[in-house]
Amino acid sequence: MPAYALEIIVFSLGLVLLLVDAFAKLEDKRSLAWLGMLGLVVVFGLLFKVEPRAADDANVFWRFYSDSRMSLFFKGIAILSTILVLAMAIDYRGLIEKFTAPAEKKAHPQAGLGEFFALPVFACAGLMCMASATNLVSIFVSLEAVTITFYVMVAYMRRNVGSLEAGVKYLILGALSTGFLVYGFAWLYGITGSMDLAEIGAALKSGDVSPTAALFAFSLILVALGFKVGAVPFQMWIPDVYQGAPTPITAFLSVGSKAAGFIVLLRLSAVFLGSEAVAGQVAMAFAVVAGLTLIVGNLTAIPQSNFKRLLAYSSIAHAGFLLTALAAAPRKLEAGQLSSATVVAFYLGAYLLMTLLAFLVVGLVRVHRDSEEIEAYRGLGKSSPFLALALLIAMASLAGVPLTAGFFGKFFVFQLAIQGGHWWLVTLAAIGAGAGFYYYLKVVAAMYWDDPTGAAAKAAAIPVSALTRAAVVTLIVLIVIAGFAPRMILGLIG
Amino acid sequence: MTLVEFIVFAPLLAVLAILFGSPARATAIVAAVANLAAAGLMTLRFPVEVESKGQVIFASSRNLLASPNLNLAFGLDGISLVLVILTVLVTLAAVWASPAEGRIKGNVKLYYSSSLLIASGALGAFCATDLFFFYAFHELALIPTFLMIGIFGSGENRKRTAWTITIFLGVGSLILLAGLIALLVETGGKSFAFADLYAVGDKIPADAQKNIYLILLIGFGILVSLFPFHSWAPPAYAQAPTPVAMLHAGVLKKFGLYGLIRVAMPLLPEGAAHWQTLLLVLLLGNILILGLVTIAQRRLDTLLGYSSVMHMGYVFLGIASGNTIGLHGAVLLMFAHGISIALLFALAGAVRERMGTLDMDELGGGLAKKAPALGLLFGFAAFASIGLPGFANFAAEVMVFFGSFQPILETKKLGALQWAGILSLWGVVISAVYMLRAYRKIFKGPLTDKDAKAGIADLTLTERAPALLLIVALMAVGFVPGLLLKYLTPTLEAIAMSLKG
Repeated sequence: MPAYALEIIVFSLGLVLLLVDAFAKLEDKRSLAWLGMLGLVVVFGLLFKVEPRAADDANVFWRFYSDSRMSLFFKGIAILSTILVLAMAIDYRGLIEKFTAPAEKKAHPQAGLGEFFALPVFACAGLMCMASATNLVSIFVSLEAVTITFYVMVAYMRRNVGSLEAGVKYLILGALSTGFLVYGFAWLYGITGSMDLAEIGAALKSGDVSPTAALFAFSLILVALGFKVGAVPFQMWIPDVYQGAPTPITAFLSVGSKAAGFIVLLRLSAVFLGSEAVAGQVAMAFAVVAGLTLIVGNLTAIPQSNFKRLLAYSSIAHAGFLLTALAAAPRKLEAGQLSSATVVAFYLGAYLLMTLLAFLVVGLVRVHRDSEEIEAYRGLGKSSPFLALALLIAMASLAGVPLTAGFFGKFFVFQLAIQGGHWWLVTLAAIGAGAGFYYYLKVVAAMYWDDPTGAAAKAAAIPVSALTRAAVVTLIVLIVIAGFAPRMILGLIG
Repeated sequence: MTLVEFIVFAPLLAVLAILFGSPARATAIVAAVANLAAAGLMTLRFPVEVESKGQVIFASSRNLLASPNLNLAFGLDGISLVLVILTVLVTLAAVWASPAEGRIKGNVKLYYSSSLLIASGALGAFCATDLFFFYAFHELALIPTFLMIGIFGSGENRKRTAWTITIFLGVGSLILLAGLIALLVETGGKSFAFADLYAVGDKIPADAQKNIYLILLIGFGILVSLFPFHSWAPPAYAQAPTPVAMLHAGVLKKFGLYGLIRVAMPLLPEGAAHWQTLLLVLLLGNILILGLVTIAQRRLDTLLGYSSVMHMGYVFLGIASGNTIGLHGAVLLMFAHGISIALLFALAGAVRERMGTLDMDELGGGLAKKAPALGLLFGFAAFASIGLPGFANFAAEVMVFFGSFQPILETKKLGALQWAGILSLWGVVISAVYMLRAYRKIFKGPLTDKDAKAGIADLTLTERAPALLLIVALMAVGFVPGLLLKYLTPTLEAIAMSLKG
């Protein structure tokens, strides 16, 4: 089966979900989520059955679309995060119902729920296309498919002011960044006469293109993609949108959307870094943005008292580490050395595991304790030891404690940066990681050191459904295994 | 599975068992005893003639990544063996001396699992023959320590202390990580295996050696509480629950020293030579400045915390001397100090449990009349810590001082190293002052009326046994240092040779 069949299946799956929701008169719309997850699990299995395209296949389609191992890996990230987001959405449905229920009394209480399970599937299709896009047109179209779906999902809780505010902010800034992206693409097309990344790369390499114009195009693109991945100074939207959006969508934004942003950034930066004329400045721009992102992301995370907001800043901080890997991309790869694309892909794979694990717990606590403040986690170690242990492992991995997946990510990034001699970036990254120890462990301290106060003191243990329990256990096991044997993830990247 | 793999993973398996409902104290003790048995078996089967440096016994290796070459590899050389013996002894004493399950307020599983995790981290770091896991295992102790001090620590400031130690050690580890990666990059970055590093290690340019050694010295220095990076240690040890203080001060802190001897010195001999003077100045800070600070302490727990930091200075002196005898002294002192400080913390914990305080003015003295066994054992521990002949500490310190003077046979004049040795000798006097004073104040003073009436129980059998275990180990090595030295000689001679270049 060719790779593009997967996108077709996922997209059809989304349509099927919408049609079932519209015509089947389901009593309990959770079955939609189950259907979606089931379909995606099948697609995830099919991912390993993809046949690479024939070497002599000269179909013009392949100029738009790549089916490399790397693309497949990012497709895997998209599918896996969507499955987990749907699992989270099931736990979260109570709040969605509460904030979307129609005004008239007779209506079905789940009337507004169906699309909430269908939209992530469409976003997943978009993310998968993005993972394979190798042409400015296909990059743009898939990116917009994802972003527009996210506009809807972020603002989904229409009777909740926070969600609406997040939606508006995301819409305005997202539209603005799209403008930058199109403008940058236009310049790129203008100076090279092609929409195809391979041809653009060749044109830039040939030296016939004005470096100033190429750099101008690059900076426009960097602004737009910096917005997508949450790089400083384009990170302003992240805390508010993350805090306001429904928790499963926040998780999706922080994993799926970021991963897709990075694969596009990887593809486009490779084009610029291949050109002798601009490679130096491009790497420098990455280094500056990476340094800023590391410092701002990590240091502003320190005083946060809302856990979701904390995770938002942590997402910025991790973007800083990822950008460091891009900035330190080695010019010439020696044997035994990991390329920065591999490092970024590995980091994102690890990031998916630990961030989704954290959000699984955050969603449950939000539903059952009605709060996202770190205060609400006090005493969780006593009342719900299982969830507390899961969050402990997620936080340890995010902080980069060795023998968890997160450490290998940071380790490879440090290695690239030291190899490239970027000592000031290494210093900033070390300061950032040091701050990370504090703000991640702050949550651990609340869970284990403190006794619960107020209503939480009397609250019973948080019930965990079998599905969520299975998801949590799987993620914990994967985090620990990847912490010992990175081959689990690296082997998939190829 | 080799014996070494068993010894590293047994505590982790015990943690899993506890997590799934196995009784915590019993499981922990079983794991610790099994480890002690395994370590004994390894000692019996360890060949004394290990020739080339980097040669390890009981080696095992499981490939995790082909390129760069990453292996879950373990094995022992002489230094590792001595430190493994130290770790299993202290671990057994620590879990044995932990309060019974009913007397722990809070999560019993967490209490015992934390001790086991710290032990496993230390064992993994000492046994690893792969740079990555050497580093990674040490960090395993970070979060258990954080949780234990925060939850079970004593004193009002325990949360603050838990944060201090975690941030200090976290940042220290990151600096160390940067240094280790730089070392890796200089050796080609293709393999993490110690053997591969040693094979290309000699070719590192002198400038790079100097830079990397400094980074490593600071990184390891923070972990070992080298002056002036020591300020996290005394309050942390004072407020940590007894088993954590025993394991951390006794065992885990030795990781930094082990790293200097095992990684930094053989690979970066020119860096070590270049920064020798700096190290001498800093270690005198440990011995003299912190020695005086120790005298000023009014509480037994902080006094022990500072004394532990101070004694690191002697180990650094042995390392700085870089000759065979000095290195022997350094490693033997790591062992002796580890046992004696763990013993002291265990007994201090027993005092706190009986009296409710460790403030020496409030304690009022005369405790030995009420609890003679406690007094006797504490006396042994205090004498060992001062370095009286008959205890391992004496043999070790004497060798360290000889090591600092040995180069004089060639130079025929007093150099920086000899002056540092002369000044450090005063540290012995300082140790005697604070230790004997504390002993007299707590145990040998007049009995206050209040204490005379109060029913103060002597040590129970469960408390005596681990203390006796440690004292026997100290005296055995003290009277027959050769018990351990014979394993060290081949490894340390090779390192001393590479330093002479």
